[in-house]
Parts: sequence; structure tokens; C-alpha cells
Amino acid sequence: MSSTLSLKTEFIKGIWKENPVMASLLGLCPTLAVTNAANNGLAMGLATTFVLLSSSLMISALRNFIPHQVRIAGYIVIIATFVTVADRFLAAYFPVISASLGPYIPLIVVNCLILGRQEAFSSRNGIGRSLLDSLGMGIGFIIVLVVLGIIREILGSGSIFGIAILGDWFTPWMVMILPPGAFLTLGILIALANWYNDPSRSKERGTVS
Amino acid sequence: MTEENIPQAQPEQPETPKKPVKPKKDPRAKLYKPETPLILASSPHFHTKDTVPRIMWNVVAALVPATVLALVYFQWAAVGIILTSVSSALIAEMLVNRVRGESFTIPDGSALITGLLLALTLPPSFSLGGTALGSVFAIVVGKHFFGGLGYNIFNPALLGRAFLQASFPVPMTTWTWPLTARYADVDGITAATPLGLFKFEGVTSELSGLLTGNISGSLGETSAIAILIGGIYLLIRKYADWRIPLSFLLSTFLVSGVFWLISPESYPSPVFQLFSGGLMLGAFFMATDMVTSPVTARGAWIFGAGAGFILVIIRLFGGLPEGVMYSILLMNAFTPLINRYTRPKFFGEIRA
Repeated sequence: MSSTLSLKTEFIKGIWKENPVMASLLGLCPTLAVTNAANNGLAMGLATTFVLLSSSLMISALRNFIPHQVRIAGYIVIIATFVTVADRFLAAYFPVISASLGPYIPLIVVNCLILGRQEAFSSRNGIGRSLLDSLGMGIGFIIVLVVLGIIREILGSGSIFGIAILGDWFTPWMVMILPPGAFLTLGILIALANWYNDPSRSKERGTVS
Repeated sequence: MTEENIPQAQPEQPETPKKPVKPKKDPRAKLYKPETPLILASSPHFHTKDTVPRIMWNVVAALVPATVLALVYFQWAAVGIILTSVSSALIAEMLVNRVRGESFTIPDGSALITGLLLALTLPPSFSLGGTALGSVFAIVVGKHFFGGLGYNIFNPALLGRAFLQASFPVPMTTWTWPLTARYADVDGITAATPLGLFKFEGVTSELSGLLTGNISGSLGETSAIAILIGGIYLLIRKYADWRIPLSFLLSTFLVSGVFWLISPESYPSPVFQLFSGGLMLGAFFMATDMVTSPVTARGAWIFGAGAGFILVIIRLFGGLPEGVMYSILLMNAFTPLINRYTRPKFFGEIRA
């Protein structure tokens, strides 16, 4: 029932091996929708990680008190609470980012990544382990969103984090900041990751994984 | 029968092995070589002479008239775009071959066609860097991401063009006059296409310009006659299914004709619809792509009719003046479905 991995593995697994986006394809809606700039990707990643950490803490602490039959509803109430906190916090202190993310901050509540981790992990493990797991998953999520945001921002706007780095000679590829650009970039990234993880490839190199 | 008859017949037999009769020359004899006593092969047992390179090079030949006219009308602009597009398609094909560890597929001509078709659909003033990008996208994403020639769902050249259209919407819809049609006192060289003129300014163009191609538009789409010459060559050699262009043009004509009959003032005539924009190029050279169009005869009719319907709807009610690219791409997406529903009966099959 509860996880028996070493604490280090528990933390590391979310970054690469069980990365929520690259390996489990969870949380694709914010991944595809808000990564048209690196800033937005980072903000969305941080907000999601905050919600993930806080709900994991809460749910792993309450895991023996929440009745099994109503657990999903219970999880959603807890998640929604923290999403509201994140939403109001961003609106108060980072109004620009809050405006550019629009409805996607409230929509964190339906991010499968968060509910998935609660159902699969926090409801079965202690507080420490759950926090490690959530932190790893959150960092993995942030990395993917920022990488995706950087690639799309460079090609689609010629800048990184809002700073123009490509000169006037570069005509931005507008498609990259539109939805097709998100699908294309994410698809190529996942293909590269699968190619890298391909066991048959490591056999060719003479190593056993 | 008496018993004497049998011994009489027997003495003759021992003689024959001594003098083996030379067997008559059987034309089949050479099939029965001792080392291959029996040839076992699964179907197909009949082969045509058509190979992928042969078909592809014929399509290239069919594109010559349109390419020549593009060079005549747009001169150095056309030379630059066509050379850039074709060479980057070939280089991309070579690199992908290398990465995938397969044999070089440049000689089959398919990458050349993709590059050439893409070039013919671009506006003459388009940048060379953008052309190369679209061409590489067409080959790498449009063709090889799906598994290479024969596995691609969408026509690679059109996918490359769609990528450019989404990336650079303004340059992709900025048209220039052919050099042969520029007037000395015109202050600019940009000009709307006949379809754009009608859509945004309500001006119809003369049919003679649409036929000869002395109008603004993409490199290879302006002259209906040049494309028809190449297209009919393809149909005669049976390298393109005649049903697809016919049903595509017919459906465009009929659907736009209905609108024209309803209100001749607000909708262009069906003849104008037929000969303007990229319809001829699309109908003869892109919709007929063997890989991305249905294999059955009924499917071909459905494919063309659907494309024509979508085309007219986009042209009349969409935001863009031209819709050939999207109409063909959309029908490409439907092709597997059409193939499934038009599957011919097996011999003797009874369907429930």
C-alpha cells in the first residue's frame, strides 16, 4: 500500500522517470495553454506546485479521517481552497501575470496531476513522504513548463522571459505562440524523451539499464 | 481383354530408357530449374511497371508547364523560391534518412515534388528563409514524423504551407503583380489576388487573366492552362485518379453555382470560382496525392465532392479569400474513414 522507495528516489522520480507531463501526460491543459511565454509557464508551474504541496500536506495528515466513500469530494474541497489562495495571491501581488494566465489559475483545481497525486500517493503515505513526492512532481512540472515556454517564446516572439534576444532580422513564427505550436513542441519534446529512454538504444551502446 | 495383349505391350517399354526421347522444348522448362524446384510466392502475382520513382518523376514532368510559367511571370523571385524550397527539401530528406538509418530516398523524387509543390503555392515576395523553413517542416514533420513516404496522413507540401500560413500570416497573403503585368505608373507592386479582390472589394477579374496566369497570386497557381496541361498528362498516364479532380471541380462548380443563382450580385460566378486561386493546382496535383487520398473509386468521388464543398464554404463565408489548402487537408484527415466505409465487397460477400 504505502511506498517503499528510498526517500531520495521518492523525490527524484517526479523530475524525470515519472515526470507528470512527459511520462504520465497529466496536466496537459495548463501545459499546452499557458506556455506561450516562459514567464507564464513559470508562474503556472509555481502556482501548481504550491497547490500540490499544500494539498498533499493536508490530505496525508487527514488521510485516516476522510471517509473512503467521499474522499474525492473531500480532496477537491481541499484543493479548491488552496487554488483560491493562489488565485487571490497572484491577483493581489502579480496582477499582470494573473491577467495573462486568466482562467487557467482557477482551473488548477481540475488539474489531474494534483488529484492524481492525492489519490495515488498522499492518501496512502505519511506527511514527509507525501511532501517529498509532491515537491518532486512539482519541480518536474515546473521544468517542463519553463522549457516549453522558453522554446515557444524564442521562436514565437524572439525573446526569453520578456527580454528580446533575437534581433530585427528574425521574423517570429507566430504559430509557436498559438495552440498548434504548443502541441508541436510538446510532441517533439516527448518524442525526444522517449528516444532517450528507449531501452533498445542503450543496448546498442553496450550498457545494461 | 485376353492375357496375350499385356505381354506384347511390355517389351516396348524397356527400350525407351535406353534412348531417352528429347523432350519438346517447353517454354515453362526454364522455370523448373533444379535449384528452385518449386516457386512459392504469395500475392500479388501481377506487377505493373510503375515504381515510386517512375510515378514521381512523371509528376515532376507534369509540373514543368506551371513551373516554366512561374519563372516567366515572376522571374528571379520564382527562381529563388523554387531553388530554396527544393534544395532545403532535399537536404532535409537526406538528414532524416541519416538520422533514421535508412537508405537514401532522394532518388525516388518524392522530396523533390514536395519542395516544388510548396514553392508553387507561395507568394512571389515570400522570404527565402521562410521558404526553407516551410520546406523543412513539410519533409520532417509532414512526412517523416508519420513514418516516411506512404505513411503520411497529410499532403506534406500543404502541411508545410499551412505551417507558414500560421507562422507568417502577413507575408503569406501579400501578393505582387507578375513582372510582365506591372504598370509604369503604379505606385506599388503589391496587388490583391482575384479572389481577394472579390472578397474584400467586390471586383471580378477577367477570365483571360485567370487562364493565362498574368495576374497576382502564388507562383504556380496563376495560370489555369499550364496546370491543366500537366494535370491532363497525369490523368492520361493514370498517375492521378481522374475522379478526384473531376469531382473536386464539379462540386466546387455546383455548390458555388447554387449560391450564384440565389444572389448573382453578392456571390462570384462558378466559372470564376473554378479558374481562380489555387483550385486547379490543388485539384490536379495535391488532392490526387496517392498516399493521402482514398483508394476506392467511390471514395475518390466522396473525397473530391467534400473538398469542393469545404472550399466554397471557406471562400464565401470564411475569413480568408482562399481555402484550397484547408479543404484538401481536412479531406486528407477524412481519408482513412472514407476508405473504411467504401471498402469494396469481397467476391461473393453478403453484407448484413
